[in-house]
Amino acid sequence: MFVRLSAAIAAISLLGGAALAQGAKPTDPQIAHIAYTAGQIDIAAAKQALSKASNKDVKTFAQDMVRDHEAVNKQALDLVKKLNVTPQDNDTSKTLSKNAAEKIAELDKLNGAAFDKAYVANEVAYHKAVNSALEKTLIPSANNAELKSLLQTGLKIFQGHEQHAEHVAAELK
Amino acid sequence: MRSGRILPIAAALLLGASVSARAATIQISMENLEIMPAEASVRVGDTIEWINKDVLAHTATARNGDFDVMLPPKKTGTLVVKKAGTFEYYCRFHPNMKATLTVAP
Repeated sequence: MFVRLSAAIAAISLLGGAALAQGAKPTDPQIAHIAYTAGQIDIAAAKQALSKASNKDVKTFAQDMVRDHEAVNKQALDLVKKLNVTPQDNDTSKTLSKNAAEKIAELDKLNGAAFDKAYVANEVAYHKAVNSALEKTLIPSANNAELKSLLQTGLKIFQGHEQHAEHVAAELK
Repeated sequence: MRSGRILPIAAALLLGASVSARAATIQISMENLEIMPAEASVRVGDTIEWINKDVLAHTATARNGDFDVMLPPKKTGTLVVKKAGTFEYYCRFHPNMKATLTVAP
């Protein structure tokens, strides 16, 4: 139990969630907000890559990210509407957004192959962190069955993204 | 002139009828990023119907480039099999989704 809890805390800490790292269990409206925010962050990163990347595989990967995360986030919006839940902003979402803005600024300074490598490396790390948070914290904390099921589908999709990103990263070496 | 045109049409109809009577439609589903069944055996002339049950777009793309069927979310795509052989295919958007199609002549 203690081991599982600390693993969950480590995952959330990786995402930078100060409030949740204190041990509070996120509520469904907070979980919905975190999941949606995490998706929007990856879409923004992919759009930056679509305008800056030079490698064909990197561009294709970025297109896949936009397509999938938009589809999942649309599902999420439909679900919260159906459940009449208002996603609630929280410290994890705020930290995620802040870190993402910093990453976009950092990547913006890079060009060509250096950008491609840095973007894909970040995609690997980011999907790892999000998947770990989903697996260890968000899915176990979700109360609503439909929300839980959407998060589980999301996890499966994002695990695929993680492997895809790792594959692209290996090709770039 | 007249009979010369009707005959080939009649022949084509007969041929078409005999092919469709034998050909089958095989359904393969794509759900939760899995292709089921992952191994399917069909015959030349059969129709493959890929049913995408996900909210994500998928494709059924042959590794050797022989086919590339686009499968929008919650939609079905078909392919009439024309060549015998073993075809490995995957989803271009989710390269983890892999399957094999074995086509008998």
